[in-house]
Amino acid sequence: MGRYVIRRLLQMIPVFIGSTFLIFFMVYALGDPVAALFGDRAPDPATAAQIRAELHLNDPLWKQYLIYMKNIFTGDFGTAFNGESVVSLMRSAFPVTIRLTIVAILFEIIIGISLGVLTGMRRGKPDDTGVLLLTLVVISVPTFVTGYVLQYLFGVQWGWVSPSVSPEAPFNELILPGLVLALVSLAYVTRLTRTSIAENTRADYLRTAVAKGLPRHRIIIRHLLRNSLIPVVTFIGTDVGFLMGGAIVTERIFNIHGVGYQLYQGILRNNAPTVVGFVTILVLVFLLANLLVDLLYAVLDPRIRYA
Amino acid sequence: MPENTDAVILDGVPAVAPDGAPVPVDKRDKPRSLWNDAWYDLSRKPIFYISALVILFLIVISIWPGLIASQDPLQCNLIDSQNGPSSGHWFGFDQQGCDVYTRTVYGARASVEVGIFSTLGVAVLGAVLGGLSGYFGGWLDSIISRVSDIFFGIPILLGGVVFLSAVKGGSVLTVSTFIILLGWPQLARIARGAVITAKEQDYVLAAKALGAGHGRILLRHIAPNALAPVIVWSTIALGTFISLEATLSFLGVGLKPPAVSWGIDISAAAEQIRNAPHMLLWPAGALSVTVLAFILLGDAVRDALDPKLR
Repeated sequence: MGRYVIRRLLQMIPVFIGSTFLIFFMVYALGDPVAALFGDRAPDPATAAQIRAELHLNDPLWKQYLIYMKNIFTGDFGTAFNGESVVSLMRSAFPVTIRLTIVAILFEIIIGISLGVLTGMRRGKPDDTGVLLLTLVVISVPTFVTGYVLQYLFGVQWGWVSPSVSPEAPFNELILPGLVLALVSLAYVTRLTRTSIAENTRADYLRTAVAKGLPRHRIIIRHLLRNSLIPVVTFIGTDVGFLMGGAIVTERIFNIHGVGYQLYQGILRNNAPTVVGFVTILVLVFLLANLLVDLLYAVLDPRIRYA
Repeated sequence: MPENTDAVILDGVPAVAPDGAPVPVDKRDKPRSLWNDAWYDLSRKPIFYISALVILFLIVISIWPGLIASQDPLQCNLIDSQNGPSSGHWFGFDQQGCDVYTRTVYGARASVEVGIFSTLGVAVLGAVLGGLSGYFGGWLDSIISRVSDIFFGIPILLGGVVFLSAVKGGSVLTVSTFIILLGWPQLARIARGAVITAKEQDYVLAAKALGAGHGRILLRHIAPNALAPVIVWSTIALGTFISLEATLSFLGVGLKPPAVSWGIDISAAAEQIRNAPHMLLWPAGALSVTVLAFILLGDAVRDALDPKLR
């Protein structure tokens, strides 16, 4: 196991370098960070040249990337458009988005898995078909439409929750945004659990458990659930990265000042350090989440052993 | 999945009749191939016909929107702004005073174009790269797999916002290019797995023993047998790519006015939902029905190709 973890971590390094370089390339080579500093006005050529020299923009791209990476590892992510350091933006934004992601994942686990288990065990019945259709509708409607509709209904029309989130973003204000963020994944979790449960109800070990005369709840929890949830856990693990990326839409709808909001501001104002910095961290989170899922796999399924 | 496709082929061959006598295989009783079998299954499903009809209708109106809409989508009058339904304008007007019905009809084209271009690109690039890496293995496999890991490491929505804002995109072409750029690794993985399973089969060994070259083996023997998962995934992905285009337009980096697209209209309407919900209903409904049709079609095709789920 130890050797496997080390090998995976080593494999992550080229992927991390490649992904971040790709982002770096998009922002610095395809865009023009200096022109962006001046907004709509044309920059004075002398000033522009001076800024280019200060930001190492005249060096070849790979050298700029190396300088950037060196700075990152010393904790210097550069300066955002308003003069604040990108690190301090991260310090305020990441806790908010992490809270939002936690709420979303809780929804996926609690609602998604329960619905999946219920429908999987009642395959073909009307309630199964109903839930299945509902998941298809949820997947088909774009998240931002569902977001605005739910915000309008719950926040404005019925006044159950506040339609926008305060800057501190405590958990109780994040319930609706978390649900919106989770919805599509929740539908996938439901479908995945349903298929998995339906497949395993026909498995030999389950028939054995029934034949042994075990009580029903024990069969479901110890035998059926434990085996059926392996693919679901994998899905939820890889979903962490997608949720943090998808937060860019949810945070915009509910005006949450998290990662997605800062990233959006950075893009709107063409602030290269903000964009590259935030995306770099998100890529890292995504890769680590994938690694964790692979390790979890071995824990949950004893047949899989990593040498 | 590929081991199931084998089961289909075996099931499709009526080697032994119920009474135990071997069935004579002549022209009238030809063994059904995987594709015949899948078609036989599909042709019995109402869902398949419904979703195929929706998609066909969509393609027709995206080529000739004038067939069902007589007005000009850019002919707008601010005096009508946010007006509700009236005679002659059953869906009402949007913020700019444009007819919602006309814009919904004309908006189909952009979505369909993005969906088809990006899916074709992803399918071709992913199937070729994934197929080659699965078939040849070795260093080619290592290189292609690592490169796909790199593209896979970037969440698609984030990558889209960064890429499209950097290239100052906003056309069907740039949005599709981006989707192809970040979308291919997923298909490459699927194709790679399918090809690895297919190349271990006896018929491939037999072809090799008969002296077939790589090109012939890949095109004549492996491709037809590894195609099923690629087709299923691509059909479902087409729907999600259309939805992705709308989301990118909502974030302000996708298509831009004066282009007419569902994404543009939905994001304009979504912000005005409190004043004029009717503006949102039609473009959002059209988009959702389209995405749903592709998902259902993909599901039906998968069920037909994969007997395990029956």
